[in-house]
Amino acid sequence: MAANSYKAQKIRSSLLTNLILIVICLLWLVPIIGILITSFRPSTDVFQSGWWSVFPHKENVQSGEIILPATVDVNGPITIDGVTHTFEEWRQGVNMPDGRYLEWFGNRRTRKLTVSAEQWVGFATGFTLKNYEDVLTGKTINYIDGNGQTIERKGNDLSRAFLNSLAVAIPATIIPILIAAFAAFGFAWLNFPGRNIIFSLVVALLVVPLQIALIPILQDYVKLGLNGTFMGIWLAHTGFGLPLATYLLFNYISTLPRELLESAYIDGASNFTIFVRMILPLSVPALASFAIFQFLWVWNDYLVALVFLGGGKNQVVTYAVASLVGEKGQDWQLMTAAAFISMALPLAVFLGLQRYFVRGMLAGSVKG
Amino acid sequence: MQKGKKFVWPILSIVIVLAMLLGACAAPTVAPTQAPVVEPTKAPVVEPTKAPVVEPTKAPVVEPTKAPATEPATPALSFDPAKIGQELVDAYAGKLKGKVVKMSGPFTDQDAVMFEESIKAFETATGITIQYEGSKEFEASINIRLEGGDRPDIVDFPQPGLLAVAAKKGFVIDATTVINPDWIKTNYSQAWQNLAMLPDKDGKSMVAGIWARANGKSFVFYPKKAFDAAGYKVPATWDEMMALTEQIANDGDTPWCIGIESGAATGWTMTDWIEDVLLRVAPPEAYDNWVKGVLKFDSPEVNLALDYIEKIWFNDKFVYGGRKAITTISFGDAPKPMFENPPKCWFNRQGNFVTTFFPKEAVAGVDYDFFYLPPINPAYGKPVLGAGDIYAMFNDRPEVRAVFQYFSTGESLKGWVENGGAIAVHNDASLDWYKDPVTRGVAETIRNATTFRFDGSDMMPGAVGAGTFWKYMTDYVSGSITRQEALKAIDASWPK
Amino acid sequence: MTVEPMNAKPDNQGKSGFLSSVLGKILLGIVIISATAFILWWGYNFLSANKAPQVVQIPIAILWGVGGVALLYTVLNWLVEQLPRNVSRVLQPLIFIGPAVLLMGWFLAVPVFRSLMTSFKDSLGQKNVGLENYIFAFTDTRMLETFRNNLLWLVFGTSFSVGLGLLIATLADRTKAEVLYKSIIFTPMAISFVGAGVIWKFVYTYKGTGYGINEIGLINAIITGLGGTPQPWLNMPPWNNFFLIVIMIWLQTGYAMVILSSAIKGVPSELLEAARIDGSSEWKAFWSVIVPYIKGTLITVTTTIVIFSLKTFDIVRVMTGGNNQTNVIANEFYLQSFTYNHAGRASAIAVVLLVLVLPVIINNLREFNRGRKGF
Repeated sequence: MAANSYKAQKIRSSLLTNLILIVICLLWLVPIIGILITSFRPSTDVFQSGWWSVFPHKENVQSGEIILPATVDVNGPITIDGVTHTFEEWRQGVNMPDGRYLEWFGNRRTRKLTVSAEQWVGFATGFTLKNYEDVLTGKTINYIDGNGQTIERKGNDLSRAFLNSLAVAIPATIIPILIAAFAAFGFAWLNFPGRNIIFSLVVALLVVPLQIALIPILQDYVKLGLNGTFMGIWLAHTGFGLPLATYLLFNYISTLPRELLESAYIDGASNFTIFVRMILPLSVPALASFAIFQFLWVWNDYLVALVFLGGGKNQVVTYAVASLVGEKGQDWQLMTAAAFISMALPLAVFLGLQRYFVRGMLAGSVKG
Repeated sequence: MQKGKKFVWPILSIVIVLAMLLGACAAPTVAPTQAPVVEPTKAPVVEPTKAPVVEPTKAPVVEPTKAPATEPATPALSFDPAKIGQELVDAYAGKLKGKVVKMSGPFTDQDAVMFEESIKAFETATGITIQYEGSKEFEASINIRLEGGDRPDIVDFPQPGLLAVAAKKGFVIDATTVINPDWIKTNYSQAWQNLAMLPDKDGKSMVAGIWARANGKSFVFYPKKAFDAAGYKVPATWDEMMALTEQIANDGDTPWCIGIESGAATGWTMTDWIEDVLLRVAPPEAYDNWVKGVLKFDSPEVNLALDYIEKIWFNDKFVYGGRKAITTISFGDAPKPMFENPPKCWFNRQGNFVTTFFPKEAVAGVDYDFFYLPPINPAYGKPVLGAGDIYAMFNDRPEVRAVFQYFSTGESLKGWVENGGAIAVHNDASLDWYKDPVTRGVAETIRNATTFRFDGSDMMPGAVGAGTFWKYMTDYVSGSITRQEALKAIDASWPK
Repeated sequence: MTVEPMNAKPDNQGKSGFLSSVLGKILLGIVIISATAFILWWGYNFLSANKAPQVVQIPIAILWGVGGVALLYTVLNWLVEQLPRNVSRVLQPLIFIGPAVLLMGWFLAVPVFRSLMTSFKDSLGQKNVGLENYIFAFTDTRMLETFRNNLLWLVFGTSFSVGLGLLIATLADRTKAEVLYKSIIFTPMAISFVGAGVIWKFVYTYKGTGYGINEIGLINAIITGLGGTPQPWLNMPPWNNFFLIVIMIWLQTGYAMVILSSAIKGVPSELLEAARIDGSSEWKAFWSVIVPYIKGTLITVTTTIVIFSLKTFDIVRVMTGGNNQTNVIANEFYLQSFTYNHAGRASAIAVVLLVLVLPVIINNLREFNRGRKGF
């Protein structure tokens, strides 16, 4: 008996646990689903209704209209088909006893009411890729607003920004890895005066806020003519990413077995050869973890790109999306498509290589 | 292990050589020009008959048609390049073909499209390419950019304050050394010339730039068709306007479309309202003192202006979406409900540039029109608030000079003017170029203003005019701080 | 842990006789140095001139960056190895750590001092104004607002992220679909803050009240659907801070969850069994056994998220621009530097930010030295 109730309790608590988790996960995903759906809807729909209306629901579908004769005084109570309300109330919409839904159209002077009936509307079908096209191009775009009228805008050239982001992220990921690998090996295996102090400095630099460096480095860049260039931002990301990279790789390299390296030394290999031929290949998991970490961080970065790269030809995706929010803040269909484009690549990288990412995070953080 | 080492060198060398080859092949590539492929749906119609009275030439006139045969015959220009500068003459003779001039400025979206269309004629005729780069972060980034080595050749400043900083640092080239000073005196009214004089790094007054587009801000746009159909009448005084506001509200609509959201620049629309109303409740001297920081924000005049504004803005019945929606609706979106059927709101007080945000199907003068924001106190006449873009030159090369000289002519804006949304400051820009009655009316209003004042927040120091003025007004409108707190905070932030 | 190589000199088999003579080596050295310098310099110029189309620039950048760095190391190392043994022994470590240290110095260490210097200067960064900027940083109402807001971010953002992360980690541990749940919660970490800003803007948006206005923001639509009045969530101080903090929680919980999950899995089952046999409920077992065991990890995770909350910038900038009393320190820094153009104040704010983070730096150093006694 005790065993049964224990089992029952276990099943119940397991159900409860799963339920809680499912609810949390749904809440977590709803915002993302919202913009995903919106980005595929035609612009007219986006302006008229929320994204949840793509799902089946009951809606008022207009079936006709009523025009009040000029004799009716619109300032007082108005009676239509036996139902009396004031103008404001008619405006909110009134459900008539015969099932029709009457709503005043416009202001008092129009004297017009629309007649509709509630109907089930199924899944929306008019999905389109136009929003993505509009957001990717740099040329003039036209879209239709909620009233069926055409609005003209200049495209934000997100395709160019996408390439720029790649141009920034790939080198900014690969360069620090190499430099950090060399340094980590040096700190881990080579003995030299000041090793302790310098590495402590690296540890200290792990959490130094970027803001400390922005103004001085900007001044340097202006003098060197690197402002707004890719070269500048690669160097910046390298500099900012090196402490973490060095630290992570140091931790990893320190765990490599001494015997392996010692035997190599005995065979007459130099430090450099050992590093290139043995340490690097063995460190691939750690390198991969950090690479993904750094790639995601650089791709999603906004502040460094804002300061060192800015707008114009070289703008990256985060910058383009942020300007989109500022310039076209009400063009939801464009904003959502842009957000998705900015998210697509990191999500793919992330979901595909999650293992490495997690391992990287753990390597740097778990203690005790 | 040794064997591997042997291969390192050869492989590295091959890689390096490949890299150099790739680079060498790619190096001569000139970055594609900025001018997008915009379908010329409204190709500017150049009227040859518009050639003005031919003045006796000073310098030998170089016929523009002497350009290389590959060019189509240059359309007749409404100005004489020789009167302006030699480089312009050279340009039209094709001597500067293939050169690139870099321009930077704050306008984007439709404005950038319009600009590029408007310079097409010049680019085709001279072979010079003008690459324009617009940025919403312009105000924040331009001074940094000018400090560095890679300055744009010509910069469009939306406010003289920013240009003043650059002039003080000695970066700006005096316009009179590039353009014939007599031409400047002929083609710009005294008021505009005065507005272009700024102190250089020695404190002397220099002509820091030339004005291009102007826009007026004291206008209220309304959906004419529906307005007339509803039997409303255009108001001539502020009281009439408020009475009309009440009437529309009684009819059940929210008369005013107000939105001030604009990303990092949220709040600038409010500052325009304050400036417009201030000009109507106080003498122009008070306005000038206020812009200089002599008259405080927390003063009777400004408070009076805010009283009038609050009567409209803070009344949920008068504003579409209610007061709380004002800071969430973007300025470009605010007029949209006017074009719905039936209109959901009726008035949008805005600068004339806003017409480029209206739906394409809306016809100027038929579907929409404007009326001048009525005066409040007849003692102060009919003031017009406006702003303009001033171009300044930073790099001295022949092609840059040619383009700069070109920009001093009304012709340089003709394409933009004819497409609507731009008003040329130049005296040689004919009123007939304005294709729609609305813009023409605006241009006329600007020319006939009894008092013309430049947008105040553009003239104030950047920390206030593009900073605290916007920020605290936004907070005040959305209700998170009181009026007194906002005004005092702005006063406190004025740089000493 | 150092091991002395028995044979420091590289084997010269495979190289011709001339090259191994001293003269040959010097010549070769000069050629190689010049070639390397030229290649690096050319690449640098080409890339910083920024003229070629991106498609060309990217591969060249990768080649130059990776190849150049590799080349640099190889060449330097080779050079050093040519030198007499005792010199090369001293120089070689420098080659390994040199570039990294130089870069970190230039980009992070030295700027600390430079910003410190600038923080005593005026708006153009030229004249000395003493402590004026610090007085501003600690007494101006705008800064006080940012301190208050960052405190909110710190307290609520961190506690909810860690708490929620712990909860989900514990719950998911007991289910079969654990990987799926954790992946979903973790997904927002891949999204940029700017992208998250767009996503949540769509949730919070407010269109106004009045006839015929359709709310398209999720929360307001739900509220109007239920018959209430929609609110401008992001314009309502001080609650708007919390709505922004929700975004941070959404982004950071995944991080906390992953780390804590692996820590929880490390709790030896004997301890838990012992607690259960003693009759304590799951809840008590959790608090008395698991939490103390993973204390170290909890602290690490908390400190990381605390630092994140202090540095928050993107979310605030994109969603409200710091208006309506949502301003935070990093945003004020940006405004002072680039909108108000006051280099002195901006540097002072950066230094303040550094000081706030100092306790964590010290803690990290202590942890590191403790763990690495006998380096």
